[in-house]
Amino acid sequence: MRYLPLTPADRAQMLGVIGVDTIDDLFADVPAAARKAELFDLPRHAGEMEVERHLQALAAKNRPAGAGPFFCGAGAYKHHVPATVDHIIQRSEFLTSYTPYQPEIAQGTLQVLFEFQTQVAALTGLEVANASMYDGSTGCAEAVMMAQRVTRRKTAVLSGGLHPHYAAVTQTIAHAEGMDITRLPVAIDAEAAVIAAITPETACVVVQTPNVFGVVTDVTKIAEAAHAAGALMIVVTTEAVSFGLLKSPGEMGADIAVAEGQSIGVGLNYGGPYVGLFACREKFVRQMPGRLCGETVDAEGRRGFVLTLSTREQHIRREKATSNICTNSGLCALAFTIHMTLLGERGLRDLAAINHAKARQLRDALAAVPGIEILTPRFFNEFAIRVPGGAAQTVEALLADDIVAGVPFSRLDPQAGLDDVLLVAATETTTAADIAAFAQALKGRTV
Amino acid sequence: MTMLNVGRPTQPQTAVPVAHASLTGARGLLQDEALIFELGGWDKTGVDLEPAEQDASDLAGLIREAAIGLPGLSEPEAMRHYVRLSQKNHAIDLALYPLGSCTMKHNPRLNEKAARLPGFADLHPMAPISTVQGALQLMDELAHWLKTLTAMPAVALSPKAGAHGELCGLLAIKAAHEAKGQGHRRLVLVPTSAHGTNPATAAFVGYDVAEIAQTEDGRVDLADLEAKLTTDVAAIMVTNPNTCGLFERDVIEIGRLTHAVGAYFYCDGANFNAIVGRVRPGDLGVDAMHINLHKTFSTPHGGGGPGAGPVVLSEALAPFAPAPWVVSGADGFKLVEETVDEAAQGFGRMVAFQGQMGMFVRAYAYMLSHGSDGLRQVAEDAVLNANYIKARLSGVMSAAFPDGPCMHEALFDDHWLEGTDVTTLDFAKAMIDEGFHPMTMYFPLVVHGAMLIEPTETESKQELDRFCDALIALAHAAKAGDVDRFKGAPYLAPLRRLDETLAARKPKLTWRPELTTVAPAPLAAE
Repeated sequence: MRYLPLTPADRAQMLGVIGVDTIDDLFADVPAAARKAELFDLPRHAGEMEVERHLQALAAKNRPAGAGPFFCGAGAYKHHVPATVDHIIQRSEFLTSYTPYQPEIAQGTLQVLFEFQTQVAALTGLEVANASMYDGSTGCAEAVMMAQRVTRRKTAVLSGGLHPHYAAVTQTIAHAEGMDITRLPVAIDAEAAVIAAITPETACVVVQTPNVFGVVTDVTKIAEAAHAAGALMIVVTTEAVSFGLLKSPGEMGADIAVAEGQSIGVGLNYGGPYVGLFACREKFVRQMPGRLCGETVDAEGRRGFVLTLSTREQHIRREKATSNICTNSGLCALAFTIHMTLLGERGLRDLAAINHAKARQLRDALAAVPGIEILTPRFFNEFAIRVPGGAAQTVEALLADDIVAGVPFSRLDPQAGLDDVLLVAATETTTAADIAAFAQALKGRTV
Repeated sequence: MTMLNVGRPTQPQTAVPVAHASLTGARGLLQDEALIFELGGWDKTGVDLEPAEQDASDLAGLIREAAIGLPGLSEPEAMRHYVRLSQKNHAIDLALYPLGSCTMKHNPRLNEKAARLPGFADLHPMAPISTVQGALQLMDELAHWLKTLTAMPAVALSPKAGAHGELCGLLAIKAAHEAKGQGHRRLVLVPTSAHGTNPATAAFVGYDVAEIAQTEDGRVDLADLEAKLTTDVAAIMVTNPNTCGLFERDVIEIGRLTHAVGAYFYCDGANFNAIVGRVRPGDLGVDAMHINLHKTFSTPHGGGGPGAGPVVLSEALAPFAPAPWVVSGADGFKLVEETVDEAAQGFGRMVAFQGQMGMFVRAYAYMLSHGSDGLRQVAEDAVLNANYIKARLSGVMSAAFPDGPCMHEALFDDHWLEGTDVTTLDFAKAMIDEGFHPMTMYFPLVVHGAMLIEPTETESKQELDRFCDALIALAHAAKAGDVDRFKGAPYLAPLRRLDETLAARKPKLTWRPELTTVAPAPLAAE
């Protein structure tokens, strides 16, 4: 087997050094009933070529986003990732290293995390950020749990514009811990309803902007209402490129900002791995979940970086930890940081402007299709449309023209009664020809 | 002296005995690399994007006006910056990486290549089901392998890491108890030697945690377990092989006692590598176990993630699995994304989408490569390598549990360092100067000054011998009173020992202009 270096002679010699006769002697502690002499009912080993062939055959049964016109968003976005990013993250020293528990020989990873934390804090307009969460949805749940620790209150209000999957993940975790979650009815543009739901028991309010329907929302007034009631304001963003154009969560009064970082550097990957961005005000830092990298000096006074404030974490604090998270999304955070460094502020602002311009072009083209109604009043790169005859049916129909029209809202939340609502997104990868083909195909269907 | 005819010496002159500090902070090829925020790239970019029309009429005035504070670099500068940083990391591709409980094994590059096929990497999680049939088939095949290897009837693929898998398992257990009217059970029992994630997870979902004592020979104390197993216990969480690197000989009895009081047996599968292909957790009475794909199935650790932590579930817990899951039918594969219609008992959702697809592809490539025979050999070689290290080092270091074999990792305590003034930490740091990453230190907590060594199966005998020779030489140096070699270590790493107390006392978690002498220029007016 090509990954196993020991030869039969090695094995025999090593058993001799250990002082046993057979490998079975080393498994003597396993109960006899559980020791299996025979191989399990699975295929035998295979060469690299055979394995690659099988996986290529599976991959070939999928239709990649880049294969033609493609308009899906809803929490994951198709963006161009510079070739440099994928090259650097495949360097052995980044790819095959562990969590930087020995900082003297992990300064590469640690300095990257420090750069990542600084970039995330800047993007979200907040003071501190952690070294990443698994993804945006788990970051959202962790933020609600953190608000509970900070405020010592047990209820949370989730906006009806929050991505239904994010709401479901948060409800799953928070319910188990005994929190009471008020999830407001799904509505395209009703973030103001959040204010009415705030009570003196509210630990936090969670508002997404742009929300799941693409609506860009000013949360300033919601944040003021939350703060007046002693609650924390959590702002969720699923499209990180929007930070290059829109007012940041921090500027609008967020105490905690959570975002999905997939758009920068990571790629679609059928849903994972992604990278959760998590930032907050400095005064809450000791209640944060996840790893934190901090600056310090070595024995010769040279600047260096270490994992710090680990007394919050499970390996030190055990059942009193702020979270159970251990493994995070380090390599995706590296990809994010490299891509962000390549963009710089100028590139990010240009990229965000292009995304918005493409979405405007898409909106104009679809608005001109008879029967199509644009539902999102103000948006970044994604919006909702009403399609007569049903969103899921429209997506299926347009596949005949090799157009992937978007995400039917009913797929995210079948109970919402929004079966004719389709979420569509455009990015810098969307071409004028893609948009024209989409509008043309839609016209053929709705007329 | 030997010289070329142009006067260039071709032999080294008399060696200078003391290492010189460089004038620039560099150490030979290792550059002293500044932060991106100090490289002056406030108006630079490494991408070529055509400026778009600026029309804010659809943004309701929510424009970001102030500078964000993000520097940029051209492509060559960015490449050099990150490659320079990479060279300050140890990596499994450089040398043995013996972190106990972490399973740092070789990461095959075929797996990287496969995960980058556009059919996987460029696939949107909400793309129409008819366009992702290959992805669903891969998830279905991966699930079949995981179920067969563990003799468990169901698997939830979506958890994103080991601790996330623990969370999934405990949520399923909680839902199962509630369905049986047993929601009053408040207690989870965890051995003292457990990973920190176990008690943290139990507390995170609202359980109280009680510890189970350990026997002299490093296993669960059955008498103590039995005394604590009441009808108030929801579950026990036991790692097997345990964190001392030992197989729980009484595991079947542990399961029987647990089930007798109506509690569930959660097994932490972090150490599955020791038994994969040879022993099936389903034959041991386990109800739920997470499998760290980034350990046993070799998806790269990436400096701390991403991982993946699918959870196999027993018949009793399977109905409570979270959404989504894959089902196959006559017209292909489907994804069940809501638990409301088809299985009302599902406890909810762990993540936004389907889980770590990129890791699924890599882990599946690894499984296909090994096959049933190769995986069995993985467990055997992993255990053989650990026992070989234990045998070779026991002459100079004190094994925590000297009697009998260990499984995939060898645990030593610091008894052998008594009287040397060298601590476990000092010894670990001195290993860095010898070119090795230290073992896991001070864990498990049940052993004083613990040193937990896990070599994995992908080390050759030559590398194991090189490692053992280095540790034996260091042990002799410690016992011979060469204390400076340890107290000041590492001397030869990119940095010397770091001040962790300073970092925690005055946390500097981001680069800020007011905390540095280098001021950022505001972004030039547009």
